[in-house]
Amino acid sequence: MESDFYTLHDFMVYTKGVVYYLIIAILIGFLGFWSFLTARDDD
Amino acid sequence: MSHDAAHSKPVMSPMTVIAGIILIVGLFVTVRRFTGGLAATTNLSDYTPWGLWIGFDLLVGVALAAGGFVTSAAVYIFGMKKFHSAVRPAILTGFLGYALVVFALHYDVGRPWRLPYPFLVQSGTTSILFEVGACVALYLTVLLIEFTPAPLEWLGFKKARNIVVKLTLALTILGVILSTLHQSSLGALFLIAPSKLHPLWYSGYIPIYFFVSAIIAGLSMVIFEGSLTHKHFADKMDEAHLKEKEDVVLGFGKAASFVLAGYFVIKIIGLAVDNEWRYLATGYGAWYLVELLGFIALPCFLYAVGVREKNLNLIQWTSGLAVLGIVVNRLNISLIAFNYHLPADERYFPHWMEFAISIFIVTLGVLVFRFVVTRMPVLYEHPDYEAH
Amino acid sequence: MSISRRKFLGWIGAAGMSATLAKPARAAGAKHFEGYPDTDGVLFDAVKCIGCRRCEAGCNKVNDLPEPEQPFDDLTVLEKTRRTHADTYTVVNKYEVARQKSPLYRKIQCNHCLEPACASACFVRAFTKTETGAVVYDASVCVGCRYCMIACPFEIPTYEYDKALTPRIMKCTMCYPRIKEGLLPGCVEACPTEALTFGKRKDLIKIARERIYRHPDRYEDHIYGEHEMGGTNWLYLSPVPFSRLGMREDLGTTSAPELTAGALGAVPMVVGLWPVLLTGIYAMNKRKEKIARQEQEAAVSSAVSETEARARDNLDKAMEKARADKEKSVETAVKKALEEAAREAETKDSEEES
Ligand code: SF4
Ligand code: SF4
Repeated sequence: MESDFYTLHDFMVYTKGVVYYLIIAILIGFLGFWSFLTARDDD
Repeated sequence: MSHDAAHSKPVMSPMTVIAGIILIVGLFVTVRRFTGGLAATTNLSDYTPWGLWIGFDLLVGVALAAGGFVTSAAVYIFGMKKFHSAVRPAILTGFLGYALVVFALHYDVGRPWRLPYPFLVQSGTTSILFEVGACVALYLTVLLIEFTPAPLEWLGFKKARNIVVKLTLALTILGVILSTLHQSSLGALFLIAPSKLHPLWYSGYIPIYFFVSAIIAGLSMVIFEGSLTHKHFADKMDEAHLKEKEDVVLGFGKAASFVLAGYFVIKIIGLAVDNEWRYLATGYGAWYLVELLGFIALPCFLYAVGVREKNLNLIQWTSGLAVLGIVVNRLNISLIAFNYHLPADERYFPHWMEFAISIFIVTLGVLVFRFVVTRMPVLYEHPDYEAH
Repeated sequence: MSISRRKFLGWIGAAGMSATLAKPARAAGAKHFEGYPDTDGVLFDAVKCIGCRRCEAGCNKVNDLPEPEQPFDDLTVLEKTRRTHADTYTVVNKYEVARQKSPLYRKIQCNHCLEPACASACFVRAFTKTETGAVVYDASVCVGCRYCMIACPFEIPTYEYDKALTPRIMKCTMCYPRIKEGLLPGCVEACPTEALTFGKRKDLIKIARERIYRHPDRYEDHIYGEHEMGGTNWLYLSPVPFSRLGMREDLGTTSAPELTAGALGAVPMVVGLWPVLLTGIYAMNKRKEKIARQEQEAAVSSAVSETEARARDNLDKAMEKARADKEKSVETAVKKALEEAAREAETKDSEEES
């Protein structure tokens, strides 16, 4: 495990996989944060 | 088609006959494809694994369906309310376009029922195609939701309709994100093959080229389609639609002209960055110049003249030229300048059955569009609901 | 997405671990990957190849591929340039090169890239770069999109176009099952000369250099596959520039994953910043609209209050006048009504009479 990845390809499979999960989280997070940010607006 | 024609005339109109023939031939080729495989229906080879069904049905299809995201972004994000009447038809064509792209893919890929595999079974996250697939699938869903107000109004489901309308902004933003991603990624698909795509078309900027030209395609399609629907479905349009039509044509024509100017500029920059001037003197160079001058610079100029002189006719004709330019560009990248290094006898030319399926799918699109706009509130506001 | 929950949690754990345990070199910003250590490879030497096609026959046998139309000892096949197909993982082609006494031959098969383009392109990860160096394919997930064929710079993967519902990608596996058992790849075993040498890639590079060094007159000073497209596990030696043997020398040394890394890297940036940008534009427009509306309202209301004041004034006066008028008019009206009634009564009487 200590040498992580042997090939750039394997490294990218892993990192891009994580990024795709993050993307889903980001999209949902933005929605939540925007409503938090504007919840007390007057209109 | 037969439906409406039957009402007006007792005998079948020539259009009905043609559409009928196209559908019959399409069904015949469909059977061939799913019994004899691609070998029986296409001229694809081990050198040319992607042909017309990818070059036209996928690349052109997705680019021309960009009107949905361009229009909804203009109206709901950039606040150009006066184009509001253009949103629904654009979203409808966008949705139909994407639905047909996905439908067409079932012919091309080997095992269509596995199309969800990248998301359900094993993900190739390093693949640009993975990203394209994910975005197209999601965007198709977004478009479907964005379009639902029309059928819901038609069917009279007020509550459901109002919920969807509340989501408009979030859906629009999501739509723009997804469109940015997959429109550009369709170009990025070719980044992995620098040795196969002619250097004039291969560029590190290709994702940006695809994105920008998709905006041009979207704007031009709205104008182009608008002029067609106006001709054939004027009776279905309401006041607002007819009144705003001029605004839409002028506004979108102006936008398209300026985006084309930007596109032209970045194309030139691409040549300079990779130092590819010398290829311009070759045969491919001549063809490249045709694309650059005839299908980018010319429509850019004609749009500008049309907008300055408020010449709606000219703008509408130019939109046809611009759309054709996008078709030429996508086919150049996927077919004409692809595998440029191969000897002539290894090059690909589509089989007639490939054309048949592409035409079949476009016809299906027109028929469904017709079915929807003659029934649902697309070209007019439903009297029970006000603009959202 | 396929990555199972457990695997994902495992990743999180792994990420945490590597953050604490990682060697400084690995943690450095510039990522560098050497590939699996001690992978196998094959060295093809065009000087020694006699074009006998025995490798083709050997490959056909060990992989249970269909019998060819013309037998493998029929060398007239060599008159035409061929490529890999769904039923042939490897082919030998003949090249007449000027100033060479006899024709040259070159074998084609999958080069088993160090960073395979096919694997990078596949959206279901059907290809795996194994620890032996062999790049293998798994038909059980393949969708048949053929993007791997677009991606491979050596034009190796082929497709079973004649299968309607179960087409597979077909390509050389470097005889992965055989090398796992300690056997030689079918083609290497069948080769009667030393044109094919199987061994560890790093040893093969030494052997190749040695041959070039000993016979500089016989070999081009270039080991094809050492760096092409990031390097391959198959390596080639030739007496003439490789382009004469139909091999592309313009592929460059950038590996496939590097070619797409930039575009993939932009994806999360779009997702991260587009919402901010677009919501910002939306909010600005909304604010502009709101201000416009407020201004309009203010203008209207001030106009209204002015007119209202004036109107009230007028109203008062008008009311007064109206009251006066009314009184007067009532008087006249009553008078008039009485007169009229009287007149009506008269006419009625006369009508009744007649
Ligand atoms: S030569 Fe082609 S098929 Fe073989 S590993 Fe490299 S990219 Fe994949
Ligand atoms: S054809 Fe199969 S192996 Fe090739 S890229 Fe598509 S899914 Fe992957």
